[in-house]
Amino acid sequence: MAKRIEASNVSSYYGSFKAIDNVSMTVEPKTITALIGPSGCGKSTFLRSINRMHEVLPNARIEGRLTIDDQNIYDPDVDITAVRRMIGMVFQRPNPFPTMSIYENAVAGLKLNGVKKKSLLDDAAEKSLRSANLWDEVKDRLDRPGAGLSGGQQQRLCIARTIAVEPQVVLMDEPCSALDPISTLAIEDLMFKLKDRFTIIIVTHNMQQAARVSDKTGFFSIDKTGEPGRLIEYDDTQKIFSNPSQKKTEDYITGRFG
Amino acid sequence: MSLLDQEMPEVVMTPDNIRSKKFPLVQNILVAVVAFVVAAVVVLSTGIGNWVLVVVLGGVLYLAGLNFVAGRVEGKRAARNRMWQTAIYTACLLAVLPLASVVWTLISKGAERLDGDFFGSSMANIGARDANGGAYHAIIGTLEQVGIATLIAVPLGVLGAIYLTEYGRGKFATTIRFFVDVMTGIPSIVAGLFVLSFWVLVVSKWFNDGNPQYSGFAASLALTVLMLPTIVRSTEEMLRLVPGPLREGAYALGVPQWKTILNVVLPTAAPGIVTGVMLAIARAAGETAPVLLVAGGLSRINFDPFSGGQSSLALYVYQQAADASKYAPARAWTAALTLVALVLILTIAAKLLARRNKLTR
Repeated sequence: MAKRIEASNVSSYYGSFKAIDNVSMTVEPKTITALIGPSGCGKSTFLRSINRMHEVLPNARIEGRLTIDDQNIYDPDVDITAVRRMIGMVFQRPNPFPTMSIYENAVAGLKLNGVKKKSLLDDAAEKSLRSANLWDEVKDRLDRPGAGLSGGQQQRLCIARTIAVEPQVVLMDEPCSALDPISTLAIEDLMFKLKDRFTIIIVTHNMQQAARVSDKTGFFSIDKTGEPGRLIEYDDTQKIFSNPSQKKTEDYITGRFG
Repeated sequence: MSLLDQEMPEVVMTPDNIRSKKFPLVQNILVAVVAFVVAAVVVLSTGIGNWVLVVVLGGVLYLAGLNFVAGRVEGKRAARNRMWQTAIYTACLLAVLPLASVVWTLISKGAERLDGDFFGSSMANIGARDANGGAYHAIIGTLEQVGIATLIAVPLGVLGAIYLTEYGRGKFATTIRFFVDVMTGIPSIVAGLFVLSFWVLVVSKWFNDGNPQYSGFAASLALTVLMLPTIVRSTEEMLRLVPGPLREGAYALGVPQWKTILNVVLPTAAPGIVTGVMLAIARAAGETAPVLLVAGGLSRINFDPFSGGQSSLALYVYQQAADASKYAPARAWTAALTLVALVLILTIAAKLLARRNKLTR
């Protein structure tokens, strides 16, 4: 079910400001791809362009071509909600819906998209919570508010919510930056598990994390503030972290950036 | 000597001594007594004022004296803290005082006519010498007029606020927001005049064989004009408080925008929206002028808000308070008490309703 993503010459804008310039990369199905780079280099913007979340902000637009299994998701007749259902997203800060219980949060995507049958929802809730390694911790209090869980649990609840709608691609925008090492480990384990079913792209500031979890790594950078971000190097993670072909990548990875 | 010690030489605490002396309560009371005695002597001996000035001057002297005396004992910073704390508590007390006074006056004076007759009968055929007579017709009027106004204003206001926060971009939205702000400042009498000239004198003729007529519905329209801006602005503020990532979280699940607003944004903002709506209702229920202008006021019971004049509790209070009958003031007080109780009950009910369905926190 997982799909191949192909970006060719993608540039994103906020109004007249160009945030990323001419990014091209191909992400193979059932792999984990890490995007690394300094703050403000456009990696999150690129990630948000993949599920058309970029354009939620006023005046934001993109140029270039982004295809999922050869369907251009920026074609004018594309239904945005269909794209987003196919490409799920986990955000930096856990954002469970505060008025919903754990159970309702887990099946929110299904319920709001029209699934009504209780037995189907029950199954989906258990399945997705199990997939997110959260079931054992919450099975006795499914009717409690989702916002009452710990940060790590909330983030796994958001992952459960995302995979409950069975997307083909899961985008993660620094999913562990607000979490402690134990919760981070839990989520990394989870990513390995999900790799069998989904294509995963993760933005991270943690280079050890990129090296640990990803198959391929893309390094983004900017020359200086106000300039658009560029994809400097995109290769196997092994290669990026042992023998990068670009000087900039090597500087960043070894901590000699700037 | 550190910079802090130089700047605050009165601070008795040092890195070796982090304790400070406490200002004893006895001295505190002593300062208060001295302050008020001095104030009394000054004011009453010179004859420049009465006990009100004594209390005010005494309060000011007490605060100043407290700052000075406590400053000697426990240091300037602690004394300043003590002074402001006292000032804030006093301000709080002063703010609650009028409210307590109003409630007490209403209850003590309104209790006299708090009987079945008051809630069961109207003012029809009640003369100046009759001790009975009630506000049944006015209660009906208030409930119907405010009810209809709420039914119109809440959907319009909430939908308008949703437009302004979720969809409205550019000049058009800015213009609307500006006019909503302008509407907030409309005096109720102007809203009444507007409905009088537009509805009562023009539109109502079409439904009444060419004759203009008063109606409770016209009063509802005027109240709607008054409620709308309050509801739009408060709802808008509440919707803006809903964090953007919540909306994005729903979008990322492939949920369309309208479903996101309906199922994620509105429930999150619901308690705040309800508070705003209740404020608007409370304001509308207390309006007298528009009801007088467009519903006219009627002393008998009229259940039909669409034809014929109606009274309302606020209007009833106004009329009874101005009436020459010696029994009228008691009726006015009881009606005022009823109005306050009604708004209070509605507010509590709405709060409970907004919290029902909510998860236990």
